[in-house]
Amino acid sequence: MSADAAPVSAATPDASAGKLSRRLAIALGPIIVSLALAGCVLLAVGVNPLAYYGFVVERGLLSPLGLQQTLTRMAPLLFIAAGLIVAFRAGMWNLGGDGQFLLGAVAAAASAPLLVQTLPGWLALLLAFLIATVVAMVWSLVPALLRAYQGINEIITTLMMSFLGVSLANVLVKLAFLDPSTTVPQTRTLAVSDRLPRLFETTITSGLIFGLVAIVVVHLVMTRTAFGLKLRTVGANPRAAIHAGLNVPVLTIAVFAISAGLIGMGGAIDIIGIQGNVRADWNPAYGLAVIPVVFLARMNGFAAIGFVFLLSVLSIGGESAARRLGVPQHFTLVLISIVLITLAVAEYMGHRLNQARKV
Amino acid sequence: MGGFFTDTFLTALLFGAVTAAIPLLLAGLGEQMSEKAGVLNIGIEGMMITGAYIGFVGAYYSGSFWIGFIAGAAGGMAVASLMALLCVRFGLNQIVIGIALTLGLEGLTSLLHHFQFSRSYPRLPAAEVTPIPLLSDIPVLGPALFRHHLIVYLAVAMVGVMIWVYKRTQFGLNLQAAGDKPAALDVAGIDVIRTRTVAVLFTGGMAGIGGAYLANVGAGLFIPFITNGAGFLGIVLAMLARGRPVWVLVGALIFGGCLSMTTAAQVAGIRIPTDVIQMLPFLAVMAMLVLFGRRAGLPAALGIPYERGAR
Repeated sequence: MSADAAPVSAATPDASAGKLSRRLAIALGPIIVSLALAGCVLLAVGVNPLAYYGFVVERGLLSPLGLQQTLTRMAPLLFIAAGLIVAFRAGMWNLGGDGQFLLGAVAAAASAPLLVQTLPGWLALLLAFLIATVVAMVWSLVPALLRAYQGINEIITTLMMSFLGVSLANVLVKLAFLDPSTTVPQTRTLAVSDRLPRLFETTITSGLIFGLVAIVVVHLVMTRTAFGLKLRTVGANPRAAIHAGLNVPVLTIAVFAISAGLIGMGGAIDIIGIQGNVRADWNPAYGLAVIPVVFLARMNGFAAIGFVFLLSVLSIGGESAARRLGVPQHFTLVLISIVLITLAVAEYMGHRLNQARKV
Repeated sequence: MGGFFTDTFLTALLFGAVTAAIPLLLAGLGEQMSEKAGVLNIGIEGMMITGAYIGFVGAYYSGSFWIGFIAGAAGGMAVASLMALLCVRFGLNQIVIGIALTLGLEGLTSLLHHFQFSRSYPRLPAAEVTPIPLLSDIPVLGPALFRHHLIVYLAVAMVGVMIWVYKRTQFGLNLQAAGDKPAALDVAGIDVIRTRTVAVLFTGGMAGIGGAYLANVGAGLFIPFITNGAGFLGIVLAMLARGRPVWVLVGALIFGGCLSMTTAAQVAGIRIPTDVIQMLPFLAVMAMLVLFGRRAGLPAALGIPYERGAR
């Protein structure tokens, strides 16, 4: 065992170079494999995969405008990832991200344009942001209470609440917060000048900064503080947590509130920073897509930033490629899912390889 | 005249309830076997949408509903075999893989539909019904409950088959053990991986038929995202039923009734936005979970991959 652990520090340059190339192979191999697999899907429907990927890379990564869009898209996704990290590290499967996100978004879209009329801009945005957070928190209370005091599996309750939340958000847009001045069913629009400022001379929203701060803070709180340790204890072994004197029901509710609150903030950032309003039947379904991403990042905040960037490139590039090649947007879902499954399989195979070498 | 109208209305309501309940019943019965064996099959939504698409393609090109159901079952099982390989054999996280499969297949079926059918949106003719002699002549109830496609009766009969499997067969016991104490099953000389794989494949087949029914008989056509959470409802049914197939049937009929009632309310001219109507089955689920969820017993090893010799 010790002989196996030692070489990490005492590696010869040659061995470390080999290790680096192996790591690169592990990181890039699955991506190439999944691009090939997804390419087969494109070929099957008669689209040139190289053209598609060319558009994705060009639009999502290389063109200045596209890259700015990619970075802007990261802002809400980072909040969702942060919220999911809290829940997953505490051993709770919050699969209700879509409902929490949309209700947060609708709350922000309903409040911000009205608040702006009476309050100074920054205060109005802050208030709308907080309202969205609270709304999402309250929405998560039902699964939280059911899990904390009735022991009901949260996977199902959060999923169900997500379906409810998405529909409720639509009802609210169509019935309660409809903009009377347009015929398009949508909420009042927050003027571009009232939205969150953009970074420097670019079109990147400053929400990106908030998202990065949120996920780093979450990472540090979960890994470096007593509170984070408590939550991780609950996640690792709820019975041990009870014996350690932790108030598990209260911590459970706290986890749900923080998780949903952060996801609601993501919705708010998307509205007050990027969209300006919520259109009826708008559901980007970020929540479900971010779940496997967070898991692949092993719930590590910094790794999650990288994966969220990848997801944004795929999603922005995919939208553009979809328009130009007539491939529906749904292909992005296929691509993301193939990448996730291949990465998971690759991780498994790497794990097996390591084990085989140890024996 | 007024009395006649209510009778027709009631018949339509009950008929709709059965039609809406069958996919949920099939998904719930399928999921139940996976959960018994210790696999939380979140990918069932993906299996259902695949069954719906492949089932529709099969029925559309062959002109036979039965080929549609067989194709749907095959589609669901194809997805299930992938799930079994990744989650049962490799032991990858069931929730992550389940969600990834669901997302990917929702995307894939929408994509294929876009290239194949989006210009024409072809419809299937109404499914041929098999009236049950005598019973189908009962006023109101007869046409509502006993004039369905043959698969409906088969689906209900599956409840009995499942009870027999769980109570009377060695395989049923193996399933139970695979979910409660897989190590004990392994010691007894029975392959845990194989038992769980069979359970997941069965789930895929049932979900696939459920999806095919939803598209071919229920709607008559395939629409992207047509399952809209029906697979997840199946998971809830399996959870609430606590391993008892009869309760899956009861639950499916309750949810089916909910769905049918909302449609009937719309037909009757009560003006409710469709979004509110879409909420009702999920509201019913939450209500059921609040009322009965505490007693939802789940197998001890649910969601935990089995690895021989691991602690």
